[in-house]
Amino acid sequence: MSDSAVSRAGSTPAVAIRDLRFAYVAGREVIDIPTLEFAAGETVFLHGPSGSGKTTLLSLIAGVVTPRAGHLTLLGTDLTTLSSGARDRFRAAHLGYVFQMFNLIPYLSVRENITLPCRLSASRRSRVTDPEAAAQALAERLEIAGLLDSRVTALSVGQQQRVAVARALIGAPELIVCDEPTSALDADRRDRFLELLFANVAEAGSTLLFVSHDLSLAGRFDRTLALRELNRAATMGGI
Amino acid sequence: MFLLSLAWRSLRNRAVISGLTLLSIALSVALLVGIEHIRRGVRESFAGTIKGTDLIVGARGGTTQVLLSTVFGMSTPTGSVSWATYERWRAHPAVRWTIPYALGDAHKGQRVIGTTAEFFTRYRFRDRSVTFAEGGPPDTDREVAIGAEVAERLGYTLGSEVVLAHGVAAVSFAEHTAHPFIVSGIIDRTFTPIDRALYVTLDGLTAMHEAEEGAGGLMMGPPTPQTEGPAPITAFLVGTKNRFETLQLQREMNEDRSEPLTAIIPGVALAQLWQTIGSAEVGLRVVATLTLIVGLIGMCVALFASLESRRREIAILRAVGAGPRTIVSLLVLESGVLVTLGAITGVVMVYGGIVLARSAVEARFGVALTLHPLGSTEWIYLGVIVVAGTLVGLLPAWRAYRNSLADGLSPSL
Repeated sequence: MSDSAVSRAGSTPAVAIRDLRFAYVAGREVIDIPTLEFAAGETVFLHGPSGSGKTTLLSLIAGVVTPRAGHLTLLGTDLTTLSSGARDRFRAAHLGYVFQMFNLIPYLSVRENITLPCRLSASRRSRVTDPEAAAQALAERLEIAGLLDSRVTALSVGQQQRVAVARALIGAPELIVCDEPTSALDADRRDRFLELLFANVAEAGSTLLFVSHDLSLAGRFDRTLALRELNRAATMGGI
Repeated sequence: MFLLSLAWRSLRNRAVISGLTLLSIALSVALLVGIEHIRRGVRESFAGTIKGTDLIVGARGGTTQVLLSTVFGMSTPTGSVSWATYERWRAHPAVRWTIPYALGDAHKGQRVIGTTAEFFTRYRFRDRSVTFAEGGPPDTDREVAIGAEVAERLGYTLGSEVVLAHGVAAVSFAEHTAHPFIVSGIIDRTFTPIDRALYVTLDGLTAMHEAEEGAGGLMMGPPTPQTEGPAPITAFLVGTKNRFETLQLQREMNEDRSEPLTAIIPGVALAQLWQTIGSAEVGLRVVATLTLIVGLIGMCVALFASLESRRREIAILRAVGAGPRTIVSLLVLESGVLVTLGAITGVVMVYGGIVLARSAVEARFGVALTLHPLGSTEWIYLGVIVVAGTLVGLLPAWRAYRNSLADGLSPSL
């Protein structure tokens, strides 16, 4: 398993993909990426229309689905060589994930939602001295400190997305993956959300992989990639 | 432990469905455990029909027939026992007391029993003795004490005049009109066959038959009164001085050649009888078990139904690092929590129900429900229920696992 100090130094790419192929149904590939690499600490904007395999690629990077062929290396660890249990542990330790919406467990409080990764993963837990204090600090930075003990159902969409960012960032994982996190926000809230996201990702020193179809956001990122151009399965018509 | 709290809070989040599922399991468990309690109560009440009597002795015949005719007022007596033989056994050194029973007459379908004052002092049922709601035992040959049900059904009160008939049919040809009786006492409800019987003195019974002969009535049934000495009886109850002598005394009586007798030990005979009639309880158990299966299927359905709305929740858990095993554990824990709480609630319902309904049930049915701790049968039931219920949770858990693999991190909503 990779050492976080190495990945932060920049010598090991956060994500390295080679000849990655995936199909839900045999013969109908949705992912076919010859090569793709994200440097540690890089902020990457990945855009593509629906059907271009965005969500599938993110599931592959998160290690929730397994590629049919090729290599997918996260922080120097080839996920394809790991058992599914080891991939789950790896994800819990090194990856923060933000969904488009409905990010939160409805029956847990805001605070419990933020500390959830620390409860499910011992190694993520070991990255913070005190999960409660870490949650408090993140909440303050994301301007949701006053909501920590609220029911998540009482929160606005914008507030929910910030809670999701806090959860993704707790323990400062090396890689933050956001799957269209702003699509449910209006322009003002979206800009504020992105500001807070960038500030906190920079603070944590994490690599940010941000997926969206809204190209107007691309200017803020170090690099912009079009999945359509990377993914041969998508250019061939996809699904 | 964290998963357990997660499971608990997830269940609480779906409070209505969880509550209803829990209730259906609790009701099934209550039915199963309740039937077990009632079964035990009925058996104890049945076994308590006669207590404290060491031997029941009748003319030579079947064990069940002696028991039925003497204790339950059913079937016909096995025959008669001569007064001399009765006297001889009463004087036996091992015998402490005896209660003679002369059966064979009836009043409007209710049994008439000729006995002595010993009956009212010695007879025991469920550790109680015969007590009177009004009046007292018959003293003279014109007095009759009646059971609570007889009084209720026939509307008799103290001082009512009762004309007894010969034979046990509801409509009798030969009514002993020449010798009417007066109600001297009404016996407290016992919930035993005593409630359905009338008690007269042995003299009263003899006087009734003599009066009938004098009046030229028709004579059937119990043997003609002897010219000398009191009339024969049909059975007698024996209390021994020392319980250990009971078996010896029983053997002596059964082997005596002067007059062939059958002596039975009430407890043993009751247990044998219960074996034959107790099989009805198997049917009850089958019904209760089926109810439980329905309850478990209901739980399975409820968990399945919740899965669709929980795909998102499961995807979130997956995203923050939960493996499929964690997801399966979570759902199995949920079913485990539901079924365990359901079982506990069911048992509490049974005990609460017994506390509340105990006196009413005893007054109405004569079944004494007792609060006893769960027996081994009940523990086995509960164990099977909890294990089966938890395993039932594996089905939706397996489905959730499959879903989470197919959905990846983006359940289509």
